[in-house]
Amino acid sequence: MINNAFGIIYTGDNSLRLKDLTYSRSVAAVPFGGRYRCIDFMMSCMVNSGLTNIGVITQKNYHSLMDHLGSGKEWDLHRKRDGLFMLPPFVTRDNVGLYRGTVEALKSVSGYIRRSAQRYAILAGSYTIFNTTFCDMLEQHVQTGADITIMYNEEQHFEPEDQYEDLRLMLDERGRITDMEYNPYRPGSPYKSCDVILMEKTLLEYLVEEASAHGQYQFSQDVLMRNVAKLKIYGYHYTGYVARLNSPNSYFAANMALLDKDVREELFSREHPVYTKVKDEVPARYGPSSVAHNSIVADGCIIDGEIENCVLFRGVYVAQGAKLKNCIAMQGAQIQKNCDLSYVVLDKSVIVKRGRSLSGYKSFPVLLKKGSIV
Amino acid sequence: MRKKQIVAMLLAGGQGSRLGILTSNMAKPAVPFGGKYRIIDFPLSNCVNSDIDTVGVLTQYEPLELNAYIGNGQHWDLDRNNGGVYVLPPYVKGKGGQWYSGTSNAIFQNQMFVDQFSPKYVLILSGDHIYKMDYGRMLRHHIKNNAGCTIAVLEVPLEEAHRFGIMNCNDEQRIISFEEKPKEPKSSLASMGVYIFNWPLLKKYMQADEEDPASENDFGKNIIPSMLINGEKLYAYPFSGYWKDVGTIRSLWSANMDLLEDPPLLDLYDPTWHIYSRNPVLPPHYIASGAKVEQSLVTEGCEVYGSVYHSVLFAGAVVEEGAQVSDSVIMPGAHIQKGAKVNKAIIDERAIIGRNAVVGDDLNEGVKVDNSLTDDITLVGSDMSIPEFASLPKGMVATRETLGYLYMKGADVRD
Repeated sequence: MINNAFGIIYTGDNSLRLKDLTYSRSVAAVPFGGRYRCIDFMMSCMVNSGLTNIGVITQKNYHSLMDHLGSGKEWDLHRKRDGLFMLPPFVTRDNVGLYRGTVEALKSVSGYIRRSAQRYAILAGSYTIFNTTFCDMLEQHVQTGADITIMYNEEQHFEPEDQYEDLRLMLDERGRITDMEYNPYRPGSPYKSCDVILMEKTLLEYLVEEASAHGQYQFSQDVLMRNVAKLKIYGYHYTGYVARLNSPNSYFAANMALLDKDVREELFSREHPVYTKVKDEVPARYGPSSVAHNSIVADGCIIDGEIENCVLFRGVYVAQGAKLKNCIAMQGAQIQKNCDLSYVVLDKSVIVKRGRSLSGYKSFPVLLKKGSIV
Repeated sequence: MRKKQIVAMLLAGGQGSRLGILTSNMAKPAVPFGGKYRIIDFPLSNCVNSDIDTVGVLTQYEPLELNAYIGNGQHWDLDRNNGGVYVLPPYVKGKGGQWYSGTSNAIFQNQMFVDQFSPKYVLILSGDHIYKMDYGRMLRHHIKNNAGCTIAVLEVPLEEAHRFGIMNCNDEQRIISFEEKPKEPKSSLASMGVYIFNWPLLKKYMQADEEDPASENDFGKNIIPSMLINGEKLYAYPFSGYWKDVGTIRSLWSANMDLLEDPPLLDLYDPTWHIYSRNPVLPPHYIASGAKVEQSLVTEGCEVYGSVYHSVLFAGAVVEEGAQVSDSVIMPGAHIQKGAKVNKAIIDERAIIGRNAVVGDDLNEGVKVDNSLTDDITLVGSDMSIPEFASLPKGMVATRETLGYLYMKGADVRD
């Protein structure tokens, strides 16, 4: 367990890439895996690592995120000493409340960083999904004597469409990073940053001050890449399952990947539970004529129709005669009688009226915006 | 302490001996129910939904599981600055302590607790019923009648009335007489074990009752009859709706099955009347490709690869490929292995049913099982591991001892 680090989760990403999914919420608050929001995974990783001080930097559309995290009690972060800190933007003389990049965001929360008593800082993004602890990473950081350690995984497959904040690492045989590429046209390395960066708090403070003094605001390009020769930056190889939600396609694929037993066991391992806000829903109810195959179903669902290869969030209603194949239905979606849907992503509270049929394709799932009625 | 209008006292000390091994290491109110709840969730949620924020839970028998479950009450929104939920075990006093000797004695021993809030009224509840009820309406009824005591009553079939405490009322619902489990019931209004008393009045009667050495210190047997004799104003509050005593194996099983009716006999989906519980931290459940799930409740953490018909699966239950579960209640963490058949059974927490085992088989010749508690429902105890190819006859209570007995009899426990 780690007792000398605090976490900062940056949720201010430019969220246009997920289209309508992030119309009214930040990426961190996008529903995922039947009952979770993206940020639950990063929060749980940190909590399961032993961190008790976590700051969440928010920027735009953070209402639903605040609503979700609340006081942090579901993550055991509702505490007198440390706990969860929501860090929304505020306007001051030298801060206009809109961050161009992570450096500006970190600069504006420098008060929080200064007051955090822990020695190490773990910076993380919010659109990467995995389930681990950072204990080994910290151990490696100390052993190698690194200034900065970046967690990465190996990804051979490259999809230009999904490219977003794609930081590629070139490593020497001892794991030290010799070069980095940001959103390369043709990646020179399969090693992709997982958006988790570990360093000492004092170094973080210095680097942020230094970069903003030079008018620089991008963390990857301006802080990490510029200092690759000056600082000892190491990579930490994470070999487990990683999903990145940076396009509607990757969102769809990552949800569908949960139907795979190995992925499910890794993301929802018993030792590292994933915490989330509790809704007190009734157990899911299957009707007398329901058919369900290869699906993930959350509490509160009522299934009278047929589902196959689906991920259903809390409180979804599938009426008699309705057929859902390869669909993702978020909280409170209603699919009325005799509908036929395939490759559709239904955002929260979408209603599909009687007998409608809709069909997308694996590489192009249909996205129904929150609250829309078909 | 700030004054409260009403304080609820929940009697949760009962052993629930008719639930057999289900309550061998936990109090009855802690018994799991309905996929993700425990029995106590119902009265606790009713209190919160009725705006009663001060609840004392009286525990005595095997309180560990119940205490851990209630915790600081945050899951029911009962972690309050003023009031909230309090667990009240018996304690040692000046002249030496004593156990709770009866329902009213339990309240009597906790007078000081209630007095802290100087309430006008006190609501007495028991922790072994499944129902949704607005106690606020009952309180308004009590105040309107200027009653000393109001008892919630339910219309029961006349032929079953002999199992209950039966009220005989006049036209204004004032109670004229009360009979505990009468042989020849005069009415069909049964007490639900939900009482509102004027607190000063109740204190007076409890004091008098304690001084009577012959008394059993019970509300139904002693306090209510003596109030009637003394001409106090006792009113009935008629309740209509689902109410079930889950004090026996059979009623616990059938109350679970009631949730599977279409529409369910007890509506848990009412957004204005949530039933709150401590939620397990588990992922949504998974239904595999070859699985069949019909007319069932399935909750978080379950994995179904086999077939499930007309059953309730609790958190983390696993049904492997080829296994068949029907008309059964599978408690948290139970594991039904490949090819096993479970028919009309209650499988308690974390029990493992081995491959191709049959639970709820027809009776083998020469094998006698003690089914006095279970009738035709088979019960597998918690943490039991039923061997492969075992066959448990209908109505059997599978514990380490009874399973050993089956082996000794040379019955075909193993094929």
